Amino acid sequence: MASYIVRRLIYMVILLLALSVVTFALIELPPGDYATTFVETMRQRGVILDQDAIDSLVERFGLGQPLYQKYLRWFGDLLRGDMGDSFQYNVAVTRLIGERLALTVSLSLATLFLAYGIAIPIGVYSATRQYSIGDYTFTILGFIGLATPNFLLALILMFFTFKFFGWSVGGLFSPDFLLAPWSPAKFLDLVKHLPVPLIVIGTAGTAGLIRIMRGTLLDELGKQYVVTARVKGLHESRLRIKYPIRMAINPLVSTVGYILPEIISGETLVAIVLSLPTVGPLLLTALLNQDQFLAGSLILMLGALGIIGTMVSDMLLVVVDPRIRFEVRG
Amino acid sequence: MTEMNSANVPTPIDTTSAEDEAYYLASSWQLMRRKFLKHKLAIVGGLILVIFYVVGPVLAGFFATTDSFLRHRSFVFAPPQAIRVWHEGRPRLPFVYGLDPSRDPETLRRLYAINKTLVYPIQFFVRGTEYKLLGLFKTDRHFMGVAEGTMFLFGTDELGRDMYSRTVRGARVSLTIGLFGVTISFVLGLLLGGISGYFGGAPDMLIQRIIEFLISIPSIPLWMTLAAAVPVAWPPLRTYFMITVILSIVGWTGLARVVRGKLLQLREEDYVMAARVYGASDGRIIGRHLLPGFMSYLVVHLTLAVPGMILGETALSFIGVGLRAPVISWGVQLQQAQNVRTIALHPWLLLPALFVVITVLCYNFLGDGLRDAADPFK
Repeated sequence: MASYIVRRLIYMVILLLALSVVTFALIELPPGDYATTFVETMRQRGVILDQDAIDSLVERFGLGQPLYQKYLRWFGDLLRGDMGDSFQYNVAVTRLIGERLALTVSLSLATLFLAYGIAIPIGVYSATRQYSIGDYTFTILGFIGLATPNFLLALILMFFTFKFFGWSVGGLFSPDFLLAPWSPAKFLDLVKHLPVPLIVIGTAGTAGLIRIMRGTLLDELGKQYVVTARVKGLHESRLRIKYPIRMAINPLVSTVGYILPEIISGETLVAIVLSLPTVGPLLLTALLNQDQFLAGSLILMLGALGIIGTMVSDMLLVVVDPRIRFEVRG
Repeated sequence: MTEMNSANVPTPIDTTSAEDEAYYLASSWQLMRRKFLKHKLAIVGGLILVIFYVVGPVLAGFFATTDSFLRHRSFVFAPPQAIRVWHEGRPRLPFVYGLDPSRDPETLRRLYAINKTLVYPIQFFVRGTEYKLLGLFKTDRHFMGVAEGTMFLFGTDELGRDMYSRTVRGARVSLTIGLFGVTISFVLGLLLGGISGYFGGAPDMLIQRIIEFLISIPSIPLWMTLAAAVPVAWPPLRTYFMITVILSIVGWTGLARVVRGKLLQLREEDYVMAARVYGASDGRIIGRHLLPGFMSYLVVHLTLAVPGMILGETALSFIGVGLRAPVISWGVQLQQAQNVRTIALHPWLLLPALFVVITVLCYNFLGDGLRDAADPFK
């Protein structure tokens, strides 16, 4: 078990290293750099920068170096907790993204738990009452949930709340609390704003999970050990919880690995539409303005979240499924 | 096949009816078709998709009611004009009422009143703006339209362009990008999944790690980053191609896994050994003996992969890093519906979203039907 965890951790570190290389390649990909973009924007505003100014700009951000040197410098700084400065905002990237990243993580995790919390009971209900009205209702809702991209759902919800309640659902805080330091009142305000983003981000994932839960549980319910247990006189609800549901939850746990990246992915997009103070909108503006270090750090963080999440789900699976546990030990 | 049949049917062979005989003699594809035709939802989904593809990508010019770039300056943000069949208490052939544009004197908002004295009958095969049918023949015949006045079935946008014609034109990009993306994913997935599953060892290890890596990175941020790197100045066709490639970068991984899994399973079969003993080359074994064995799974997987690509393009274009005007796609159209005030005042701007949802639903139904049909154990 311990050696398995160590192996997994080493593997995770390798993946994270690969992520840093890919991220760096990505932010170096667009032709031109911040200096050229900056010169171009200034020129459009009627300001012509002389060569000295451009050179000092290039010098300051280390834009003229060969690629591998730039990477090593960037990566070295990264290890020391320095993500470079944002060109646009002229402050350290770490200061910019700290709180936003925390909100992204909490929002993603909250959505994840909500998705499982809703999907498991509904999946069990649908499977045990197959072809009932409730089952059909959830199946149809699930299909629509899967087909509606979450940013559209966000737009539609925004439209309806605006139309019928007259308030706008954007953001995570009321204007009064936006810049206020953390306090119980601010937290309460956050809780009030949470439902819409949570529903919007979680729908597609929940719909997918319900289908998996229903499908695997149906397979399990038809197996002979269930019949045997029933013949032996085990109470139906006890029987279900003890055997088939437990069996059906395993594949569900293994989905955490790809549901989490999906949720983070959806969160990025929904945040842009609902203008949530998470990393999504920041990433978009950083990309559009070629704010290399900011964009790079954000992609790195989101990717790392996905990779770490996948690892955690793998380990969770070992805990949940004794078969894997013994295989690992042996 | 014979094993399964004898297990399912204990009756002696001489009592089989002609119907049974047809069943036993049917090829696996025929059996699949039979099972598929029982899946009503899948057929409905498939038919709707056929209609969408004919109306949009194939004959967009014909089915559009007007030029999708034409700006009707006095009809900016005009609401949809409903098709009516009832005029002054009497039934009538389909027509639309004209609109009277005016402005709110205080807010300066544009207002449109329905003018019940203006009756524009809808005509079929009507002459209108010129376009090229199938990109070849110049013509000005449209499926339907009005000879005089205006007909905005889906309203107009911020520049007074007809939303209906734009939605039809937008289908061209939105519906085909998924197909091209899936084609690229198919080639990549088949190639890399094939190498991985058939040869095993180090290449398998490497490819599997790459797949795991790609799957654990959230796709939207990855797509955004890649799409933002596409130069704005590129011509539309090249951007379209690049976006397709970007969407496929993640798309091939799922397919490669299916291919690998199936190959791992099939390469141990006796008939593969027989082929190998007979001296068949690797290429021949894969292409002639293994591929047909799981082709049906691939078709299912491809069908279910298309909606993801369509949603991806819509999302990217919507936030402004995907396709850009003058290209028309459903995502580009939705760019106008970004803030809640605009949507609240002009809800018809969300109509392209409805078509995205319908298309994705239909692909899911179709894919489900195909999956059930391809599953030999059902």
